[in-house]
Amino acid sequence: MTAGPPLWLLLELTYRCPLHCVFCYNPTDFAATGPELPTAEWLRVLREARALGAVQLGLSGGEPLAREDLEPIVAEAHALGFYTNLITSGIGMTEERIRALKAAGLDHIQLSFQDSTRELNDFLSSSRTFELKARVAELIRKYHYPMVLNVVLHRLNIDHVGEILAMAESLGAQYVELANTQYYGWAWLNRAHLLPSRAQLARAEEVTRTFRERVGSGMQIYFVVPDYFETRPKACMNGLGNVFLAVTPDGTALPCHAARMLPGLEFPNVREHDVRSIWYDSAAFNHFRGEAWMKEPCSSCPERQRDFGGCRCQAYLLTGDAANADPVCELSPHHHLVTAAVAEAERAAAAGAAPLIFRDHRISIAVEPRRAPAT
Amino acid sequence: MSGLSGSARPAIAHGMRLQWEPAQDAHVLLYPEGMVKLNGSAAAILERCDGMRSVAEIVADLERTFGTTNLSDDVTAFVAMALERRWLELRA
Repeated sequence: MTAGPPLWLLLELTYRCPLHCVFCYNPTDFAATGPELPTAEWLRVLREARALGAVQLGLSGGEPLAREDLEPIVAEAHALGFYTNLITSGIGMTEERIRALKAAGLDHIQLSFQDSTRELNDFLSSSRTFELKARVAELIRKYHYPMVLNVVLHRLNIDHVGEILAMAESLGAQYVELANTQYYGWAWLNRAHLLPSRAQLARAEEVTRTFRERVGSGMQIYFVVPDYFETRPKACMNGLGNVFLAVTPDGTALPCHAARMLPGLEFPNVREHDVRSIWYDSAAFNHFRGEAWMKEPCSSCPERQRDFGGCRCQAYLLTGDAANADPVCELSPHHHLVTAAVAEAERAAAAGAAPLIFRDHRISIAVEPRRAPAT
Repeated sequence: MSGLSGSARPAIAHGMRLQWEPAQDAHVLLYPEGMVKLNGSAAAILERCDGMRSVAEIVADLERTFGTTNLSDDVTAFVAMALERRWLELRA
């Protein structure tokens, strides 16, 4: 066994979500997935993963608060020694539930905001949720959780980054993640609407830098640059199958939350296999370990152990072959696909564009790779 | 050297957790969506940061435990760094 333990476990407890975010990374065919795992199966997954060394636990979705058994799942995770992170839009959080989650041992809540203004927050998530989120932030403070806010950035809200940071400050945020959209799932469909211009990005980084100088270490701000603007790829998941294990609502085990799109891999299900055999023995988890799968320019690249060739899903979505170099890399023969997308986004931004596609159960569809995102 | 007083009483910061992980054969410090794997000396210091003992008492305990002297500068520097990174906070 050369692989290390799956230190990070992400349980996507449900794809149910009251929001309809246009940048959601959930698969666009989420409505076609099987029934959700029952409580006892989630508890077994927790025990088996913890025995392998998993220690950081993300509870996500969809909206994890949609699961009525979130509290017993947290309680079991806490008893096993996990550090438990709830990743939530806040919809469904009440004082009764936060009190129960605190008692169950929940360590941390990451609350997502779509924007600083009620209008854009509600428009981008196709819901009326902003004031509810502000109330949840109040509960998070009242129950002595660190205030950790996540705001997904894209062309339609990146110009508000100053207001977003001011909102975060007024909510007493200790950590703020300004996460530029990554283009998978629904965000991939809407890429032409969401990719910001270079000028927008530069302004947002400048505003963030100035804000950081003013607030000092009292508020830690992470600005995640959209990788389409980079010349080297991200070390996605620190390499597939190295540290990260995700389990989808129907029990499918994945080496990355987006990996189910990768063709030719049969991802094992926790209903049929134990976590140890899935992590160490399954063909799907071993496929992208090491370097044997790599093609040029990755296979002879001096940086291959640093970035693992980037993101397999992005390589697949953009080039049709998951073993190609991530086209974000300027050494990739497909890098022009990324620069063309940036240029196209600039043109579309200038011209105005077709309607956004809100994440919705009724229009949940399979997306073909290489299908040009809506323009 | 930092201005950290020997009478300051550091504690693992709120929201963080120090624990032994057999799978990593190491102590780790856990925090929201993150983790630091600690070497032996870092773990030995952090284990003693209980909000009750002063830095001077922690130094004395470490020197006694490991049968050595002159740890004060190293421990103080580490505690200052850990405060800066918000792994630790000071208790009154």
